[in-house]
Amino acid sequence: MSPDMIVNILAATVVAGTPLLIVALGELICERSGVLNLGQEGMMLIGAVAGFAGVYASGSLLVGVIAGMAAGVGMSLLFGFMAITLAANQYAAGLALTIFGTGLSAFVGTDFVGKTIDGFTKLPIPFLSDIPVLGPVLFNHDLLVYVSLGLFVAVYVFLRHSRGGLLLRAVGESPESANANGLPVLLIRYLAVSFGGAMAGLAGAYLSLAYTPLWTEGMTAGRGWIALALVVFATWRPVRVLLGAYLFGLASILHLVLQGFGWDISPELLAMLPYGVTVIVLVLLSANPTRTRLHTPLSIGQPWRPSR
Amino acid sequence: MLSLERRQVDSRLMEYLSPVLALMLTIITGFLIFLGLDRDPVEGLRLFFIVPISDAVGVAELGLKAAPLLLCAAGLTICYRAKIWNIGAEGHFLMGAVGATIAALQFGEGTGFWILPVVLLAGIACGALWSAIAAFLKTHFHCNEILTTIMLNYIALNLLLYAVHGPLKDPYGFSFPQSAMFGDAALLPMLIPGTRLHIGLLFALLAAVAVGVLFARTFIGFQLKVLGEDEKAAEFAGFPRKRLIWFAFLVAGGMAGLAGAAEVTGPIGQLIPQVSPGYGYTAIIVVFLGRMRAIGLILASALLALTFLGGEMMQIGMNLPKAMTGLFQGLLLFYLLTCDAFIHYRIRLTRKHVTASAGTNTPLATQES
Repeated sequence: MSPDMIVNILAATVVAGTPLLIVALGELICERSGVLNLGQEGMMLIGAVAGFAGVYASGSLLVGVIAGMAAGVGMSLLFGFMAITLAANQYAAGLALTIFGTGLSAFVGTDFVGKTIDGFTKLPIPFLSDIPVLGPVLFNHDLLVYVSLGLFVAVYVFLRHSRGGLLLRAVGESPESANANGLPVLLIRYLAVSFGGAMAGLAGAYLSLAYTPLWTEGMTAGRGWIALALVVFATWRPVRVLLGAYLFGLASILHLVLQGFGWDISPELLAMLPYGVTVIVLVLLSANPTRTRLHTPLSIGQPWRPSR
Repeated sequence: MLSLERRQVDSRLMEYLSPVLALMLTIITGFLIFLGLDRDPVEGLRLFFIVPISDAVGVAELGLKAAPLLLCAAGLTICYRAKIWNIGAEGHFLMGAVGATIAALQFGEGTGFWILPVVLLAGIACGALWSAIAAFLKTHFHCNEILTTIMLNYIALNLLLYAVHGPLKDPYGFSFPQSAMFGDAALLPMLIPGTRLHIGLLFALLAAVAVGVLFARTFIGFQLKVLGEDEKAAEFAGFPRKRLIWFAFLVAGGMAGLAGAAEVTGPIGQLIPQVSPGYGYTAIIVVFLGRMRAIGLILASALLALTFLGGEMMQIGMNLPKAMTGLFQGLLLFYLLTCDAFIHYRIRLTRKHVTASAGTNTPLATQES
């Protein structure tokens, strides 16, 4: 394997990991507020089709990105209404969101199948992209890759060093005490869920505008679910989300790597790799339940309403 | 102001009313969607919900689609009652189809009454084996079953694709990705001559009744219910948690596997990539809509089978995308969960100044409770 090839693989890993990073950062914030939204896959699909539709109708990538994010937020508010306002079972509500999003996106997207748009193109950062190895791996991508890294920094700083992050974590650990302290628990959870929706929409739009600038039914191919596993893998910490996203990104392009080695394996078997890797990683992580429990936001998955 | 207030006792009425309300809301939304698409809404709804079952052949097709849904849903009910969130029915179904195909192809054109049972058992075994992976991961490695079963669904789909592109591909099939047609001895007998309805529907009805009996009459059913209601209580009572989890997974996998086997030995007669239009996922809606009870599951599976037929009718009759099926299914589940909230809560009209003077409210509230 030549050095060039390694650089290419690493660059492709960053691109493949970007949608995972974006959606997982959103879900991380959401889960830190104590709400588990299993609807990531559905929100991503809606974001993907809305983003594509936006660009198709207007020709502007910005409109597409905004449309994708807005659609994601809209979906997440539906979830929020059920899971937060009505205190419904979060598992069921999230599943409903995914089933609904899959159906709605396929329905809306029928007209867009086979259509093409001008998607995001590479935007090398001057000087930085000339650095050997690091340049092409990190600084020779489309705009949204840089945005995703900015989002990572923002989420990291927000959680660790801001008052808002503290409030969010307080709500996630114990809504009861947060409420007793006068925090608007439901509002904070709504905000966290909406942020998750915006990120899932953006990640979906990334797929349909940058990764493969076209729309196909079910194009997220389980990335929303992998992102959920990723948050568990990261034990709810942003830095590990970043590393994990690229690890899973690598898993999803591994078939290209193996073909590069000249391995002759059927493409269908290779397509199992990211899902298989996810299962293996889950096994390795969950084998020690105490470790997971230590980092899990305490109130996660439990519906909560103010008692009065 | 409207506010939500916890009921003292859950409403039995709402529990049964909720699916009906959800269906009505879905139909109203459908009406609006047709209006929005500039189509005649009455005609649209008639095409979706009534035309598909307006003759005997249509009703038979409904049974044909309801059977796999009901089988998958019956199995999932066992899991969900115990709060085991098995989303893997789709994967179990696909593996059941693959397993039955492997068995059926061994027999070729051979004859013998025992061939069909062996083929179906192979399907059941493969489905159960696939769900056993998730059971093992849950009991031994504490893996979240939602994530493992979803991943296993994707892996199963790719295994199926691998099978029809590779080892199970029909050598005389003009390189289409599908298996050879099964011999007659490996095909399910028809239930109504002249239609495609086969005895798979009987298996499904039997499974639904069996699940009803399991929870109404047996100790295992009771233990599963307790495990779902309160895990601590189940532990104190000394119920074998791991064994119950295994039981739920294996039965669910076996039933969905049988559904997959019945699909390839029934209407299709060979293994094709599109063997499931998402039966395993739709079955989740059937479980919630059917209130996890035998009769409810049967009715709900018929309704959701209708959404598949209705979607096809949309394509033929109105030139609208078949994806309408998924849209209606999603709406139905959404409205159901929303209506379900009123099993535990009720809406209360409160006047502004009453809520504002919280101080006078509190003593009363304490007296009440």
